[in-house]
Amino acid sequence: MLNFISENQQYIYIVILMIFLGIEVIGRVPSVLHTPLMSGANAIHGVVIIGAIIVMGKAESNNYLALILGFLAVILGTLNVVGGFVVTNRMLEMFRGKQNPNKKK
Amino acid sequence: MQQNILTLIYLIASVTFIVGLKMLSHPEKARNGNLIAAAGMTLAILGTIFLYKDDAGNTLHNYGWIFGGILIGGIIGTLAAKKVKMTAMPEMVSLFNGMGGACAALISIVEFNHFSEVFTKPGWSEVPWNLTGNMIGHLLTIYAGAFIGSVSFAGSVIAWGKLNGKIKDFSFKGQHIFNLVLLAVIVGFIVYLLFDLNPSNYKLFYLIPLLSLLYGVLFVFPIGGADMPVVISLLNSFTGVAAACGGFLYNNKVMLTGGILVGAAGTLLTILMCKAMNRSLKNVLIGDFGGGNTVTSSQSKTGEIYKEITVSDAAVAMAYARKVMIVPGYGLAVAQAQHACHELEKLLEEKGVEVKYAIHAVAGRMPGHMNVLLAEADVNYEKLLEMELANDEFKTTDVVLILGANDVVNPAAKTDPTSPIYGMPILEVEEAKMVIVNKRSMKPGYAGIENELFFHPKTSMLFGDAKNVLQQLISEVKTL
Repeated sequence: MLNFISENQQYIYIVILMIFLGIEVIGRVPSVLHTPLMSGANAIHGVVIIGAIIVMGKAESNNYLALILGFLAVILGTLNVVGGFVVTNRMLEMFRGKQNPNKKK
Repeated sequence: MQQNILTLIYLIASVTFIVGLKMLSHPEKARNGNLIAAAGMTLAILGTIFLYKDDAGNTLHNYGWIFGGILIGGIIGTLAAKKVKMTAMPEMVSLFNGMGGACAALISIVEFNHFSEVFTKPGWSEVPWNLTGNMIGHLLTIYAGAFIGSVSFAGSVIAWGKLNGKIKDFSFKGQHIFNLVLLAVIVGFIVYLLFDLNPSNYKLFYLIPLLSLLYGVLFVFPIGGADMPVVISLLNSFTGVAAACGGFLYNNKVMLTGGILVGAAGTLLTILMCKAMNRSLKNVLIGDFGGGNTVTSSQSKTGEIYKEITVSDAAVAMAYARKVMIVPGYGLAVAQAQHACHELEKLLEEKGVEVKYAIHAVAGRMPGHMNVLLAEADVNYEKLLEMELANDEFKTTDVVLILGANDVVNPAAKTDPTSPIYGMPILEVEEAKMVIVNKRSMKPGYAGIENELFFHPKTSMLFGDAKNVLQQLISEVKTL
């Protein structure tokens, strides 16, 4: 157990620091932004696409099961990333120009 | 060299995620935050495709498949995200979240196949088989990814179906116990296969994603539609953790950073959303809110009557008021009536009426739903009052116009301890001199409970589709 911790200490550090950072970073978000924030976070965990790309890129070209599953994973991961960012951007577009509403008619 | 560049790229991407998320929580900077995170993501993806090398120094191949997948996913994702109506955005987020979960689960399955390949090789049985600590760690991340990813996928799809009305609430007796047993079985399998994986039992692994899918379905099914935002946020953080499992699997720090960051931020966001409704997470998850059989219209007091008001009377009442407060709800979103609403607001202001909007934190189907919708119609940001401010102003308000909101103005939350929404802060519209409620029918709201506000002597009902009614109101006010 102790061995495991010292071998993987880098990762354990990252996990712990990220947990605190994640909480800290969005600690004071106004409720107006809850939905866009959720949507933005949704797009960020689309980083799982990188795993899908690695799976796909490593699969042997005669291992059809791995190819098909990997291919599906790449599609789904891309959907998550692209869809997530585009939806978030669309939501936030609605907020644009609100800071100086007097300029607008 | 290549490897070092990729490391740098991952570092930059991780920083953009953190900065992006930080900026997303400030109204002025949110849009740039999103773009920054997207840029970091693009960089990380491109870097992985072209620079990644595994431990043995092999680069990736199958480029055709990779680009094909990205192209298909990218086109569908962009089209879906661009075409979706503003009202359907919450569902869309849930669906995209499910895709991420499914992606994580598929990665785990492929990696497990890869791992268990040795079992199928001839001459295998003579080799002494022993799980080392590192192998157990490797397996744990595979199992966890398959479990969490599958739950997140199935749950998100159900949440999506519920939000767009394709799936109705469903629960059976003893479901919570069944769910707990199912969860225990899954965890049992994980522990068993973690320490005693061998050639004769490795196929049992496939039960983990299968049972997890079932668990995800049953986990979300009984939760009432009004609580869906909380559930989606929770599943969102699940997918984050599933992505982080992939990070462990490939020693990939950007996946780890992004995944854990979202996992932690998502969990906090879930709790913040619960707080906005003054309920605990536990209460949401096992509270039978809106899904149980106890909250059907059992207490609809048949003797009570509501009064209706005609459009022209309502128009007169508002045009000659000093102050009108508009309380938007899901009905406004469904009817896409935000533009008509803004038009009525301008018309009334021309007549010297002060018009403001009272926005409940959970009005609509997502926190902030109404703000986004009204912003689309160019409603002045300063006119949108959050709950506490609005509650102070109701006392001096002449007419409150409720557009398709129900549970957020239900006084039972304050007065009736047996009500499932008891304790939720509400907009105290009954403080105003007159309340006009626009609804499509007398059907109860999403929480499935009766609203005594509608029977209040100050209240008048104005039935019809929000957009229709608003357009009629506009033409009536114009003639005054």
